[in-house]
Amino acid sequence: MALALYIHWPFCLKKCPYCDFNSHVRAEVDTGIWEQALLADMAFEAEVTGRQQLGSIFFGGGTPSLMPPALVEKLIRRASELWDFAPDIEITLEANPSSVEAARFADLAVAGINRTSLGLQSLDDKALKFLGRLHDASEGIAALEVAQNHFDRVSFDLIYARPEQTMAQWQSELGTALAFGTGHLSLYQLTIEPGTRFATDFRQGKFQLPDEDLASDLYAMTRTRTRTAGLPAYEISNHARPGEESRHNLTYWHYGDYAGIGPGAHGRRGGVATQRHRKPENYLKAATDQGHGISEERTLPPPEQAAEALMMGLRLAEGIDAPALARRFGLREGSVVDQARADLCTKLGLIAREGDRLRVTGRGMVVLDSVLAEIAGPDLMDTP
Amino acid sequence: MTELGNIRNFSIIAHIDHGKSTLADRLIQFTGGLTEREMSAQVLDNMDIEKERGITIKAQTVRLNYTAKNGETYELNLMDTPGHVDFAYEVSRSLAACEGALLVVDAAQGVEAQTLANVYQSIEHDHEIVPVINKIDLPAAEPEQVKTEIEDIIGIDASEAVLASAKSGIGIEEILEQIVAKIPPPAGDRDAPLKAMLVDSWYDPYLGVVILVRVMDGAIKKGLNVKFMQGGTEHLIDRVGCFTPKRTDLPELGPGEIGFITAQIKEVEQAKVGDTITTVKNGATKALAGYKEVQPVVFCGLFPVDANDFDKLRESIGKLRLNDASFSFEMESSAALGFGFRCGFLGLLHLEIIQERLSREYDLDLITTAPSVVYRIDLAASRTDEAREIYLHNPADYPDQNRIKVIEEPWIKATIYTPDEYLGSILKLCQDRRGVQINLTYVGGRAQVTYELPLNEVVFDFYDRLKSISRGYASFDYEQIGLREGDLVKMSILVNNEPVDALSMIVHRGVAEERGRGMCERLKDLIPRHLFKIPIQAAIGGKVIARETISAMRKDVTAKCYGGDITRKKKLLEKQKKGKARMREYGNVSIPQEAFIAALRMGEE
Repeated sequence: MALALYIHWPFCLKKCPYCDFNSHVRAEVDTGIWEQALLADMAFEAEVTGRQQLGSIFFGGGTPSLMPPALVEKLIRRASELWDFAPDIEITLEANPSSVEAARFADLAVAGINRTSLGLQSLDDKALKFLGRLHDASEGIAALEVAQNHFDRVSFDLIYARPEQTMAQWQSELGTALAFGTGHLSLYQLTIEPGTRFATDFRQGKFQLPDEDLASDLYAMTRTRTRTAGLPAYEISNHARPGEESRHNLTYWHYGDYAGIGPGAHGRRGGVATQRHRKPENYLKAATDQGHGISEERTLPPPEQAAEALMMGLRLAEGIDAPALARRFGLREGSVVDQARADLCTKLGLIAREGDRLRVTGRGMVVLDSVLAEIAGPDLMDTP
Repeated sequence: MTELGNIRNFSIIAHIDHGKSTLADRLIQFTGGLTEREMSAQVLDNMDIEKERGITIKAQTVRLNYTAKNGETYELNLMDTPGHVDFAYEVSRSLAACEGALLVVDAAQGVEAQTLANVYQSIEHDHEIVPVINKIDLPAAEPEQVKTEIEDIIGIDASEAVLASAKSGIGIEEILEQIVAKIPPPAGDRDAPLKAMLVDSWYDPYLGVVILVRVMDGAIKKGLNVKFMQGGTEHLIDRVGCFTPKRTDLPELGPGEIGFITAQIKEVEQAKVGDTITTVKNGATKALAGYKEVQPVVFCGLFPVDANDFDKLRESIGKLRLNDASFSFEMESSAALGFGFRCGFLGLLHLEIIQERLSREYDLDLITTAPSVVYRIDLAASRTDEAREIYLHNPADYPDQNRIKVIEEPWIKATIYTPDEYLGSILKLCQDRRGVQINLTYVGGRAQVTYELPLNEVVFDFYDRLKSISRGYASFDYEQIGLREGDLVKMSILVNNEPVDALSMIVHRGVAEERGRGMCERLKDLIPRHLFKIPIQAAIGGKVIARETISAMRKDVTAKCYGGDITRKKKLLEKQKKGKARMREYGNVSIPQEAFIAALRMGEE
């Protein structure tokens, strides 16, 4: 499997109330200093991974569409010097669908970006306001059009299972979304993350989420509707026309190696988990002083790697090859998957087994966390 | 040894939060028992559980040496008595060791019902009561009104009540002066044969069993051969002393004095509360009055969640038992729960304390089965067995219903003191629990109500319910009054069609359906949703009397999980997995530990 490279740009114009990603609002960002820091951090990773094939680059954030295209270009060029680009390398950038940012899409495409993921979040003005977004629906749709003109591949995100959202409302919104004809869609149910403004508001009863039953029905309908439209769910919340899947994200779910640079970025390469300093200022200082931004580095014992691989792999519609996964980490299959529990889940129609493959069914996906707790093998959890 | 005339033995009566512990600390500090530095907050309550719950489990004493204004030095023995109805007998022995009591009343709150019950108990022991009005420096303090209340409600003279603030150190000396002036010195005859009352005992890892004694007649000293008149054992005294509150060795304890002895005793079981200690040679012939054999009244099974912990549980129970003779245990095995112990307790609080200590001090995860009382059953002859009488203290051993000729259950007489505004709800509670009202009287704005109640209706959560409906104001005291026949049946609980032993219980037929419904409803809330739907049923014999269904989980999934989320997500998974490991499984259903006892709490009825 080729290596994947994640680059985190931590700055946003404004924090969204639902977002718990590592994002920061700063009045001014000195791009020159950031360029030096990210380049140094990247060089450090290249030294660790060695020269190997790079299958994808992903600019995530924060709001990476706020990066000057020249900086994006420099980072891509440097990566191409440090690693061998796969011929079909996928280079994605997450973008905000505002008119200002849309104006940069042409330059970003020239810089080397060939795929974009737009944070549309909703096609409904009221919902966008609730979600704290700065754009309205028409501005977002306009930005999507611009993106479709400039990039080979375009995806966008929508958040559903919002307060007061009905089946009918979501069905119609989803229909509109599918009509844009993108090859990829990320559809997330609204999740209240600890430490966000929504967490506080929710606790104080300022809004309510759809109940478990409705949320479950919304999820099932989403799967059916996207499948009919030719973009089946290939992961819990990700839908693509076959072949249009995000190769970068597939690396995570296949538990392949990825290097992560930039504030708060995580990496997994050669059985080592890395994390960068989260706070931009601390990251800069570390990258400047020590030549990399790592704040934590830990070699993962094989059972822990197997647990992560299982957890990630079962998110995919294709599921996992259980014996192969066990072999990969030098474990017995029985210690990776609890067979008796897997049998119970099979009987309940939550997982399906075909030969060596074990996959979670559509019905199982919506309760995946419980299914995982049920079938994860006994030896996987003895980690510190 | 101190002359009788210079000894004062007293306890402190106070409603919870009215400042008993703070006052005790102040008295110790004032008389120089401990320096400021040595005072850890609330010296008297030793165990963590005691501190947290604000209750005292073991009696304790502190000796204060006080030089009064008249120039004389007095030995003041402060007795801290246990504070819960489960330990009523231990309380009565502690009180029997004293001649007086400080009645501490909060200057802002006034007299509370619980205080009243304790005062009456103290008065029954002919104690001289010294009223102290505490917290007089609070803005809301109304000492004059509280004085009137003490006189009206309790009926003792409060004109000389000490106005104090234990927190600020006001009135401490005045309290000590009144103890000396008002509480009578103990009586006793130094030349008579030794008679010492065993007030309480506990296990000390260095000294063995430490025994708290009150000498009535004679003197007790190191090297003396003594006999425990009820226990029938003989021991050589190897240490005599008192607590100041530091342990201090003394040459002897004379008549009227309170202190401790050790005698190379290994188990507290040999040192029974209320026993009379006398000399082997020329000893007393008649034991002190008031001794009772303490019998466990509530039984339940304790099983380790992890079967591998059985040996650890056996060892831990053994260690606890070293310090608490009032609980009993024997091995038990259950099809679903594996090996564990059937344990007997003085009451539900006692049960909870033991359970809590096992999990906290010995780090054990336990399942507690439904508490049960002891039933007497007359069995008819069967083809293989003759007619006989059995005592049943485990619902799992419930015999074939057809063989039961007569089943009897223990009853108690309960006395409840309460402000009359809560009386209505309390009467309803007693009625709901099959109570028979015996007496109802009013004292001031308070009521005293006496009920006869089946003990099995009381053991689960009666005390908790009483506290909650009276907002903590009602007090409860009970005595056993023997066995009575009852129309009792065994109710089983089935989870996912499998009977859960630990939840089966013996109930009166008339309330079975209601209890069954309540249990099913509570279990529905206590058992988390699973990946499949779970029927919960209550049944008598083969007949289902109540049913609930836990619907299958509909949604439990992390919407977003990318490279940066793995670590956090895996922690969640581990937590979920660990949580499951702490549950018991019945027919693929994981039941959380706390559900077993929580299911029995009848809650708001």
